[in-house]
Amino acid sequence: MIRLSTINKTYPGIQPLHVLKGINLNIAEGEFVSIMGASGSGKSTMLNILGILDDYDTGSYYLNGTLIKNLTEKRAAEYRNQMIGFIFQSFNLINFKNALENVALPLYYQGVSRKKRQIKSMEYLDMMGLKDWWHHFPNELSGGQKQRIAIARALISNPKVILADEPTGALDSVTTEEVMQVLSDVNATGITMIIVTHEKSVADKTNRIIHLRDGIIESDSINSHAISRI
Amino acid sequence: MRFLEFDTLTEILSTMRENKLRTFLTGFAVAWGIFMLIILLGSGNGLKNGVTSNFNDRASNTMMLWSGRTTMPYKGLKAYRKIKLTNDHLPYLKNHFSEIDKISGQVDRSSTITFGNESGIFQVYGVQPDYQIISNMVFSTGNGRFLNVRDMELERKVIVLSKKVAKDLFKEINPVGNYVKVDGLPFQVIGVDMKTSFDNEAKCYMPMYTAQKLYNLGTEVYNINISVRGLISKDENDAFGQKMREALGRELIIHPDDLNTIGLWNQASDYVQTMAIFSTIDLFVLFIGICTLIAGIVGVGNIMVITVKERTREFGIRKALGATPGNILSSILLESIVITSLFGYLGMMFGIGLLEIINLGINSGQKAGADGERSFTVFTNPSVDINVVLIATAILILAGLIAGYIPARKAVRIKPIEAMRAE
Repeated sequence: MIRLSTINKTYPGIQPLHVLKGINLNIAEGEFVSIMGASGSGKSTMLNILGILDDYDTGSYYLNGTLIKNLTEKRAAEYRNQMIGFIFQSFNLINFKNALENVALPLYYQGVSRKKRQIKSMEYLDMMGLKDWWHHFPNELSGGQKQRIAIARALISNPKVILADEPTGALDSVTTEEVMQVLSDVNATGITMIIVTHEKSVADKTNRIIHLRDGIIESDSINSHAISRI
Repeated sequence: MRFLEFDTLTEILSTMRENKLRTFLTGFAVAWGIFMLIILLGSGNGLKNGVTSNFNDRASNTMMLWSGRTTMPYKGLKAYRKIKLTNDHLPYLKNHFSEIDKISGQVDRSSTITFGNESGIFQVYGVQPDYQIISNMVFSTGNGRFLNVRDMELERKVIVLSKKVAKDLFKEINPVGNYVKVDGLPFQVIGVDMKTSFDNEAKCYMPMYTAQKLYNLGTEVYNINISVRGLISKDENDAFGQKMREALGRELIIHPDDLNTIGLWNQASDYVQTMAIFSTIDLFVLFIGICTLIAGIVGVGNIMVITVKERTREFGIRKALGATPGNILSSILLESIVITSLFGYLGMMFGIGLLEIINLGINSGQKAGADGERSFTVFTNPSVDINVVLIATAILILAGLIAGYIPARKAVRIKPIEAMRAE
């Protein structure tokens, strides 16, 4: 599903910053992977590249068999829309839109009609157990509810991969547990799930843990603990 | 992608609703700009129309000459001699000055005019046919005509009444064709001048030669009224007035330093000067109007910059969800267009509405006066050229577009992750 080979990324400046130093990584379809690392290890940059939000300098990145390199902004937006679902630490819901409208937003950019958008969004809200909350605005919802809406929004365009950037960073331990269960359920439907986190407890829920350090992959191991639990 | 258009609009409306204050402020800058522009231009036009309407009593390009007494002896003639203009001076002037368009001599007396049981003392003018144009007279259907050349030559006993005289003597009857008595002599009414003049004069007009006979004046002419052509500036008008006085001075043997003996009222010169003042006022009003527009544009630009800054995070989210740069750019620009057009239109409506109300007030104020009477006005019909307003609105919309485009282009380039982390 994801194939990175010798990816290099340098941020230009007075003192150029070599952030990713020849990353090689393969992630198969349906994997449940966590990427760990201290701040400055390059995990955010890697997430940007995986999410087609940023370009890389050398190497190659294949997403679902498509080479992702030197894309026009328009193309990049199209691939993001169709292949990738994002989940963020701070939820990143749009405050002046209600739950339903937030979930429907990716479909809006696909050009799906209003009526179809609403029906489908309602379905996904229902799936997250938030059907009765559709007309609520983000500031009227709890952190766990907001994150579940964000997950519904990430799922609605049927992406191949879900990229989650510290999805539980803003949640308490009970809610973290809940959200991780949802993500694991989503993964069980066959969607590749990549979680960037610095929390060991979160990483432990995934099947494969990748440690980044100073722009290189320090370790890449199967999480036998999680697998055995399944 | 037809269905997207409606969606785009609802998207914009929802963001506008979300940011009510911001939308209002942007809109207010635009509406105020247009409103002030209309009020300024309208007031300028109202003032101009008001003042020029006071000129309409006579054509704007007229002059009047008359004679008095000399103050200096000249060529063996004594000082304090009474100077008389005569019939001969009319063709003399007309033949010497190609600038003269229309010319009419004038004698006048007060006479008792009687019709049936009604009578009154009115000013009777002996004038020539050109006087109709010099005096801006109005003859509509059923009101007869002014004096003509045949009336002059045959020294006909015919008379033209002003609206006021006609009303005083004839009430509801049409005077044309009826006979009135002027100092006991019968005159046939051939026309009624329907002009509304601000002093609402009670005047009558008869052929000049007839009047000279009636009042025993020989060939004396009290005033010479002329209208001029081809004189553009005040200086040209003044110089021409002086040239006529010099010519008449030579004819009448008046000392060259004593030309004030010949009186001159140069309305053409006054008119040209007033118009020059108004073109300056026009320019000034336009300048202020443009400044107001610029203030509006700066306002729109400012608010667009803040808008884009405020929404950076939102744009980041939208980009991550698959919005193309074009989507983002067009949503910002469309919002700008919708706001400026909507509020520009509102400002236009309020501005034109206010002018209409003012106009209504002026008109009813004038109607309140005696029928047909008109007082001296300084403000009439404060209208604006709708094209000017539309162009101004278009400029504002365009400026709003440009003002929105610059920050929008910046917003589009923002990396979504950075944008979203920027809390």
